[in-house]
Amino acid sequence: MIELIDTDAAGIAAEFVASRLRAGSPAMSMVMTLVIVVDEDGAEDAMQVARRASHEHPARVLGVILGDARGNPQINAQVGTGAGWTGETALIRLEGEVVKHAESVVLPLLLPDSPVAIWWPADAPEDPAADPLGRLAQRRITDAAAVTRGKTRAIHLQCGSYSAGNTDLAWTRITPWRALLAAALDQQALKITGGSVTAERISPSAELLVAWLSDRLKVPFDRKGSNGPGITEVRLDSSAGPIVISRRDGRLATYSTPDHPDRPVALKRRQLPELLAEELRRLDEDDVYAATARTLMKLQRS
Amino acid sequence: MTASTHWENPLRDPRDRRLPRIAGPCGMVLFGVTGDLSRKKVMPAIYDLANRGLLPPGFSLVGFARRDWANEDFAQVVHNAVKEHARTEFREEVWRQLAEGFRFVPGNFDDDQAFNQLRRTIEELDDVRGTGGNHAFYLAIPPGFFGDVVGQLKEHGLAEPNPGAWRRVVVEKPFGHDEQSARELNATLATVFPSGSIFRIDHYLGKETVQNVLATRFANTMFEPIWNANYVDHVQITMAEDIGIAGRAGYYDGIGAARDVIQNHLLQLMSLVAMEEPTSFDAESLRIEKLKLLQSVTLPRRLDLTTARGQYAAGWQGGQKVLGFLQEDGVRKTSATETYAAITLHVDNRRWAGVPFYLRTGKRLGRRVTEVAVVFKPAPHLPFTHAATEELTHNALVIRIQPDEGMTLRFGSKVPGTQMEIRDVNMDFAYGGSFTESSAEAYERLILDVLLGDPPLFPRHAEVERSWQILDPVLDHWARKGKPEAYESGTWGPSSADAMLARDGRTWRRP
Repeated sequence: MIELIDTDAAGIAAEFVASRLRAGSPAMSMVMTLVIVVDEDGAEDAMQVARRASHEHPARVLGVILGDARGNPQINAQVGTGAGWTGETALIRLEGEVVKHAESVVLPLLLPDSPVAIWWPADAPEDPAADPLGRLAQRRITDAAAVTRGKTRAIHLQCGSYSAGNTDLAWTRITPWRALLAAALDQQALKITGGSVTAERISPSAELLVAWLSDRLKVPFDRKGSNGPGITEVRLDSSAGPIVISRRDGRLATYSTPDHPDRPVALKRRQLPELLAEELRRLDEDDVYAATARTLMKLQRS
Repeated sequence: MTASTHWENPLRDPRDRRLPRIAGPCGMVLFGVTGDLSRKKVMPAIYDLANRGLLPPGFSLVGFARRDWANEDFAQVVHNAVKEHARTEFREEVWRQLAEGFRFVPGNFDDDQAFNQLRRTIEELDDVRGTGGNHAFYLAIPPGFFGDVVGQLKEHGLAEPNPGAWRRVVVEKPFGHDEQSARELNATLATVFPSGSIFRIDHYLGKETVQNVLATRFANTMFEPIWNANYVDHVQITMAEDIGIAGRAGYYDGIGAARDVIQNHLLQLMSLVAMEEPTSFDAESLRIEKLKLLQSVTLPRRLDLTTARGQYAAGWQGGQKVLGFLQEDGVRKTSATETYAAITLHVDNRRWAGVPFYLRTGKRLGRRVTEVAVVFKPAPHLPFTHAATEELTHNALVIRIQPDEGMTLRFGSKVPGTQMEIRDVNMDFAYGGSFTESSAEAYERLILDVLLGDPPLFPRHAEVERSWQILDPVLDHWARKGKPEAYESGTWGPSSADAMLARDGRTWRRP
């Protein structure tokens, strides 16, 4: 890691090239730029998560810490390659007036041509696509479950301001549930007449799961409360009997379907690096999330 | 089972690409549980699939072997294999999901009682685990026993699925040792299983980098226009191993490098590199194009001048003193089995007429590497002095299959600081770790495809047979010509291989 004090985008870009040459490997084969907007306290953890996700998606990772917007502008950066990264990283600290113009620092540092993803590990703008940094990216990743307060409101806000390219890790978290539920209906052609999602009281993921199920199955779903962790049970009712997937410990679930014995199935709550890696796998619009977000807004209004 | 043909699952949406395809209810019966293949590849792959959430709840694994084991002993064997060889982290809850479905049936392949018990075990699993009558029989055993096993499966009604269910059989190479034996082997399997239920595993085809050959060729504009005899001088396909036969003398002696590697891996690789564009990427379209290519492949007339073979002698490989092939345990001192094989092939079609394909493979070579090098013709005119381009050789595109997966483009560039001198430089693409550590092992992909009944990546019988037709004349020629030439371990093979290319005015790439 090289520390650059009172620098600018050109200084950081020059250091990228210099550190690549120092490492003896001028070609890095990076496939995207990942911008992380984070505060000082969360920076280290977020960069750690990105480092692990970068194994699957070699990226230039730009951590942007937005400091106090008052006072003289100053840009400090730590720039590096290697050490567990499969790309380049810079952790850029902005202070003073430049905080309001962070995009002017990030824009020159985007890799040519390749896609840009942006991730807010905690609090995100209410309309990420309208955010000056968010506008630079085609993939905008928020995390309603990680905001400092108002998680349920956060997912409603994100769904309300949905625009192509937006996604939320609360949605990513339910992929294994959705996969298992879809597999259940692959195996048994049952007409679903209703059902419920049980989860801890505040769970943006559960809201999305209810919306997704209602949207796909065109029947109402109840949202029930439990002590968690996370989602604890999903029930699909049919005339042949219910399909129930229940998971009390956040790890191992029981899978029950009509006319079949109960079976254990591993359904572990995933960690951030896995979630982020899933998000970065596809960078085009997620149509199913778009439809789910629309449904969630409709359910909320009714 | 319900009529799945007109059932449209409302939770599925083709645009929902996050959702993985999970195999339907099913189980697998593994013959040969104590072998290397089972312990190092199949069992870990099953665990990794479960860990990635791709196996159906209730998936069951039945081991069959001549061992006096209970279910728990078998579970322990799988446990050890998984701990030692699985790609993904060991997680207790995944293990618990799997472990309830382990069963073991002791017995010989000619033991009627054992197969009766196997049938009862499978029926019990359908009952308590909900495997739905769907079972794959994985024959991780020498091909000599295939006949016995599938015969028993048929006799005990194990090969016949109930309506709506499936039974599949999975076999590994070698698919015979010549055309005749391949036909017989296929006939054995085909009397019991329909051709769509026979899955031949060539694990090379499960590799991400091999599938990427198709993506590179058919998803891009800039490679296809030069992918023909107008621009390509020749193609070299190499699979080199640094290890020796590593305790597999019993299998290897009498088989040799050409049967072990060229007949399957290298000819399959060649067909993917050289075939025409398939109409789509379904199994049938791929098979048609691969087979068409293999049918256009011809051997040169003079096999003595266009092939080479060798046998590794004692020497130093990468700083280790190693034995020669004839000194290895279990190898006949007079063995004429080749551990290095190189052949020249031509493709008689408009795209490739006049472009030789050189295929080579060997053990105890310089390093472990598999690659396809497409070597281009020199520019028709060079507006430089001869001296300026002395260091410029052929442009080349190298697809690195393993290790260090990626692609290299080799082309000429000006030497900095000189007036005008041009030399070769490499442009490297390495897809980070994504084709290696975090992506699935070939066996995971292939086993999942077996359970899903998705056949594009499995060679069909016609391809296997045609591959033997190509290779058989070479093998016959070698059989008449005495012993292979010795080459020192840790080098790039016998001098006859270099001479073979020198006759065409070419040289092997140092991979």
